[in-house]
Amino acid sequence: MSSTPPRPAPAGITAPGIVAGRLPAEALADNFTDVLPPLDRHEAIVAADRCYFCHDAPCVTACPTEIDIPLFIRQIATGTPEAAARTIFDQNILGGMCARVCPTEALCEGACVREMAEGKPVEIGRLQRFATDRLMAEGVHPYDRAAPTGRRVAVVGAGPAGLACAHRLAMKGHEVTLYDARPRPGGLNEYGIAAYKTPGDFAAEEVDWLLSIGGITLETGRALGGDLSLEGLREDFDAVFLGIGLGGVNALNAEGEDREGVQDAVAFIAELRQSADLSTLPVGRHVVVIGGGMTAVDAAVQSRLLGAEHVTIVYRRGRERMSASDHEIEHAQTAGVKIITDAMPVAVHGNGAVAEVEFAYTEDGPEGLRPRPETFRLHADQVFKAIGQRLEGAPGGLDLAGGKIAVTGAGRTSLPGIWAGGDCAAGGDDLTVTAVAQGRDAAEDIHTSLMTG
Amino acid sequence: MADLSTNFVGITSPNPFWLASAPPTDKAYNVVRAFKAGWGGVVWKTLGEDGPPIVNVNGPRYGAVWGADRRLLGLNNIELITDRPLEVNLREIKQVKRDWPDRAMVVSLMVPCDEDSWRDILKRVEETEADGVELNFGCPHGMSERGMGSAVGQVPEYIEMVARWCKKHSRMPVIVKLTPNITDIRYPARAARAGGADAVSLINTISSITSVNLDSFSPEPMIDGKGTHGGYCGPAVKPIALNMVAEIARDPETYGLPISGIGGVTTWRDAAEFLALGAGNVQVCTAAMTYGFKVVQEMISGLSQYLDEKGMSLDELRGRAVPNVTDWQYLNLNHVTKARIDQDLCIKCGRCYAACEDTSHQAISMSPERVFEVIDAECVACNLCVNVCPVDECITMETLAPGMVDARTGRVVSPAHADWTTHPNNPMASAAE
Repeated sequence: MSSTPPRPAPAGITAPGIVAGRLPAEALADNFTDVLPPLDRHEAIVAADRCYFCHDAPCVTACPTEIDIPLFIRQIATGTPEAAARTIFDQNILGGMCARVCPTEALCEGACVREMAEGKPVEIGRLQRFATDRLMAEGVHPYDRAAPTGRRVAVVGAGPAGLACAHRLAMKGHEVTLYDARPRPGGLNEYGIAAYKTPGDFAAEEVDWLLSIGGITLETGRALGGDLSLEGLREDFDAVFLGIGLGGVNALNAEGEDREGVQDAVAFIAELRQSADLSTLPVGRHVVVIGGGMTAVDAAVQSRLLGAEHVTIVYRRGRERMSASDHEIEHAQTAGVKIITDAMPVAVHGNGAVAEVEFAYTEDGPEGLRPRPETFRLHADQVFKAIGQRLEGAPGGLDLAGGKIAVTGAGRTSLPGIWAGGDCAAGGDDLTVTAVAQGRDAAEDIHTSLMTG
Repeated sequence: MADLSTNFVGITSPNPFWLASAPPTDKAYNVVRAFKAGWGGVVWKTLGEDGPPIVNVNGPRYGAVWGADRRLLGLNNIELITDRPLEVNLREIKQVKRDWPDRAMVVSLMVPCDEDSWRDILKRVEETEADGVELNFGCPHGMSERGMGSAVGQVPEYIEMVARWCKKHSRMPVIVKLTPNITDIRYPARAARAGGADAVSLINTISSITSVNLDSFSPEPMIDGKGTHGGYCGPAVKPIALNMVAEIARDPETYGLPISGIGGVTTWRDAAEFLALGAGNVQVCTAAMTYGFKVVQEMISGLSQYLDEKGMSLDELRGRAVPNVTDWQYLNLNHVTKARIDQDLCIKCGRCYAACEDTSHQAISMSPERVFEVIDAECVACNLCVNVCPVDECITMETLAPGMVDARTGRVVSPAHADWTTHPNNPMASAAE
């Protein structure tokens, strides 16, 4: 660029409507820096010293990818973080991202015996990041490919499940074509996680590093239902893995939800992640987020960080039913997000654009959740829907279960030669780490099937 | 507050905590700071004969062994005796003793093994009005190659000879500092007593290499690519020191010989253990070098509280454990214990299980819910589970009362004492009378 255009003065926190530049650039930069900075070497050694090297450790049992946590921590403690990273990647090739986004307090750290002993677990997530960052910074891929098998596998969806599956298949010597509908690979790692959890371009760097094993051809902008069909893939490849995620967003079923200013939270999060300049990203002064999961928290916290003055999460059931972890909820509250529970939206009011959302208090009874007569209204110029995603555009012919692709064993669908994993498959926890485990295990099953079938 | 004042071979001090002869006692500046912090006495860093000063290396002098959180467990040094002029040291000793008359001032000495050298140095030390001398027969590095330090301490005849010269040429109490770098500590202690020494102090440092540099392939501390053995001290050596103190305390030939206990004293508790094994006082170095002189305040308050709680005087503590130090053959084989795991304290780490299952007697069970329980029928009471458990008091040893059945052997526990000397499997057994 030959000249920099003059920046508009910040709109300020009290400016009405949905506007960009509520905060000065420096404040935005501060707000979106690493929420949990990496451990330095000294901190890592001190943190690693706390691990008791438990027998049949509860943290390992709690990890969906079953990383040998005591071993990798001992490897950090003895000055070999590269070996620690290898221990992690053996089980979870996206161990770098999982170190950042896993709800560790509900998984490994929640199970840590020092949580029981002192209410202060070993910082497993941050230690995992220390090790994986170290190895990835060396710019060398730690795995070799087996001799070529001559088999070709299509992996649809370059999110956590698809990436884990593709990497494991490539390791086994298969040729993989990895398709994704979006312009960039990574799935929710790239588009769906709060920016302050993965500052910089970590998701993209991690994908590049993962693909550097070789044997994986990435084709973006290609979707099932677009120029790809399941029949075509079955003809062209020896096996197919579907890791297509959940493309649809649930509706509020509230009157007026099509008013201007009512948006999908996932789209907002994606737009924020892809934004090169956060000062150009508009946000409301009064933001209402409807939902109770991680997406709701991420949208609400980031609205605050962009400069929204009042941000409220409204969830239809009690706090104990919110799928966002306690840690996430506390983080939201610390960021200044108000949380209202036991209320559901009944109408979105406004003259064209949204101005208020009307909620009814709820009660849980034998017939399920019901609105009570008592209602209240929240001022809103922007509303984010975060009430869950659903499978959209699944190819016909696959059995479904609970609105997702039905699977048995390691991701086998009802059609021979087709596997599925990650959020689109029935039975998971919709966590990054679960998707990685499913993609990895499906790859092992595909490999066994291809080599013995 | 218990009275901690001590009279050790006629040398009085307000408490039994002395700083050992080492870098912290090399000059007046440090010693005065130590006295201000509350130390009861010092043994001044070893003086050599008059002449050109001692030369030290100009690279690192210390190597270390660390535990978790980089806690210093063992320290090794290759420093020599004082490298300051004799005259300066003597002048400072005299001044400090004059300024601090209630504190013990003992001077450590190391000169060549001839009577004249010892007579000359003793005369000069007496002029300082110091309370006593300690003969450094312990240093395992540098000086020993020149026929001093542990080169003397490893030959009981030399110890006896030098001790005798010192008693002959001085009115001061003579403490002989012993090296642990020998096979049986009783021989040098007996020699010291035979030579007329008033006391022994032990242990000096243990010959050691703390680590090897895996890039340059040299022992640490490394001096220009080379290393040499040093003297090891600190918490890691305490068990060795305690045993040697106990050996001297219970040896009929040295019984009653005053002992100044040295080796890894870090807390009041360590000091109390040395005292219980017969030491009249303790000397400390590594704890001060690790944490500074203020540590003595915890030692004073801790020992005082302990004595108050026990309703015991310092004299009553001294040697109290000595009668209970015995030989293996006299241990009661009818004494049966079993490990007990307190389920309320258990944090379910499973270390007891791993230790017992992999390396011991398969005497701990593990349920799918991670409940760990002792299998009495297998437990030999080895104590390993207690030792590896990270939670204090979570696993303890319960004594089976006489009349109870040991599930492992099926035998009823007998109230009678029975040891190896009367055991039927012992071909040397004598019938119990």
